[in-house]
Amino acid sequence: MCGPVRLTGRPASGGYAEGPIFCLDNDTGGYVPKGTAAAEAQALRAAIEAASEQLAVLAGASTGEAADMLEFQAAMLADVSLSESAFAAIDAGMPADRAWSDALAGEIAGYEAAQDEYFRARAADLKDIRQQVLDALTSAGTRTAPLGAILFGEDIAPTRFLATDWSAGGGIALSKGSSASHVAMLARSRGVPMVVGLGSIAGGIAGIALLDAEHGGIVLGPTAGDLEEFRRSSAAYGERRRSAEATLARPAATANGVPVRVLVNVADPADVERIDVASCDGVGLMRTEFLFGRELPDEETQYRAYRRVLEWAGGKPVTIRTIDAGGDKPVPGFTVAEGNPFLGLRGIRLSLARPEVFRVQIRALLRAAVHGNLKVMFPMISVPDEYARATALFAEEAANLAREEVAHAMPPLGIMVEVPSVAIAPEHFADAAFFSIGSNDLTQYVMAAARDNTAVAALNSVTNPAVLTLISAVAAFGVLHGIPVSLCGDAGGDPVAIPHLLKAGLRDLSAAPAQLALAKAAVAGVTV
Amino acid sequence: MSAAAAAQVEITHEVGLHARPSVKFTKLAKTFAADIEIALAADGPWFDAKSIVKVMAAKAPKGTVLHLRASGEGAESAVKALVALIERDFDEAAEGEAHVRTG
Repeated sequence: MCGPVRLTGRPASGGYAEGPIFCLDNDTGGYVPKGTAAAEAQALRAAIEAASEQLAVLAGASTGEAADMLEFQAAMLADVSLSESAFAAIDAGMPADRAWSDALAGEIAGYEAAQDEYFRARAADLKDIRQQVLDALTSAGTRTAPLGAILFGEDIAPTRFLATDWSAGGGIALSKGSSASHVAMLARSRGVPMVVGLGSIAGGIAGIALLDAEHGGIVLGPTAGDLEEFRRSSAAYGERRRSAEATLARPAATANGVPVRVLVNVADPADVERIDVASCDGVGLMRTEFLFGRELPDEETQYRAYRRVLEWAGGKPVTIRTIDAGGDKPVPGFTVAEGNPFLGLRGIRLSLARPEVFRVQIRALLRAAVHGNLKVMFPMISVPDEYARATALFAEEAANLAREEVAHAMPPLGIMVEVPSVAIAPEHFADAAFFSIGSNDLTQYVMAAARDNTAVAALNSVTNPAVLTLISAVAAFGVLHGIPVSLCGDAGGDPVAIPHLLKAGLRDLSAAPAQLALAKAAVAGVTV
Repeated sequence: MSAAAAAQVEITHEVGLHARPSVKFTKLAKTFAADIEIALAADGPWFDAKSIVKVMAAKAPKGTVLHLRASGEGAESAVKALVALIERDFDEAAEGEAHVRTG
């Protein structure tokens, strides 16, 4: 090879690896035909059995994703439908290795043609199964990669991934592959850098390679300059990850040691599976509009979604906001078309106008409340009467559930502070169990600048003195009357806004999951 | 004793009838003596519900309405049990005794 070769692909599992290339595709052992159809069939049966045993051994040493994947492969391999055409071909005179390869080729092609990325990725499992049986037929595939090697090939079998020792580093570089494959999931959970879709390369490859799985690329035969730049990027990546992880794992506090609770905003119950509950102080805002995406969800669907997040939080507070449809969040069959939707029938106004829909959500919330530390808040409260009517509906539904002998609990009921009438005169809302400042709407209403209009984006600033004055007045009112006050808008995750919010007296912020580390770092830089 | 049963059910699991659900589905199907088949349309093609190779080959994503039919001993309970498994999202969502007490 003359000069470095640079290939670009897509990252499937982040990180950097530097090491010798180990080619996966050179693994073809020779098969010795057995002579008779009966002997060929016997050889294939024995190979399938050997491969099944190998899968059982790997499964015994695996958990979670890997164990599921191996169970799936074992079930496929045990299904006679997979091998019947191979045995038919053997009867017709074909040797076992070709009969097996051909039988699997049809299945693999079927998966590769699938519309759905998930099913397409199963082609790798089928190739894995094919290879395991071929290896057993030919006694090949026993070459092991050197420690710290970068495995290079068209695709990689999950069993190969599991059989590889990653303790000394190394990585995976694939000319095809998919970031939805089992191997990609395994690589992410084990922290093994992996790049897919690098394209094919002419000729054999060998020697040292530099794998950049942060951006998605590999350099084969690198120059001294490449190596130096690579190590710099790699060190910087490691540093960023360590500091983000260290920040994330610690409770947030200001530079002078004042503790601040940083919670997380959740839009979809599935979001929480990707968040380490230890990295936050609970859920400051769980939106429920997502549930109402296509149609009005029934009580059971809502109950399960709320319960899932409460159980994930394991006793940390979870604040669920009742449906905040309308404004920029229309729901078919629920919201109404209006000329000025931000000032129209939205949030609690709409819920109170459609009590039959609201009651379903209330029942689901009351039932979910027994599964964790639930708080419920109402969006767009403008006058005390709205809070009174909403809490009355909660009391009625709680009485109904009690009569039906269904397990339930009454959560603390709070309000969003986002309409200026509440922020200016919070004393009229002292019945509420807590206040949560919705900085996005509060800002747009105070500044009269729509948040979805780029022409007035400069006016829509949470750090405008008028907005900050209102925020600090609400925070001070809360302290005086023992009403907890938090903030759950975009400002809660904005490193520029956070110093202002803390100086305004807030100690509870809620941010999007991706902003969590940045928000905690911003808190640590403030002295209050 | 001979019987027949059929049903339709929408797959609501996030990634459809994929690897892990298919393992559960075929395992459960195999506990019944009845012949059980699935299809993505009322007029077929029909796949053997006890074969994971066939069930996976159906490639049923989320939102698919799955047709089930069974014949032979225990046909009705087989269809009922399989429909229930799909309706429970293959027991993969975070829930246990979620089903309501309506009394």
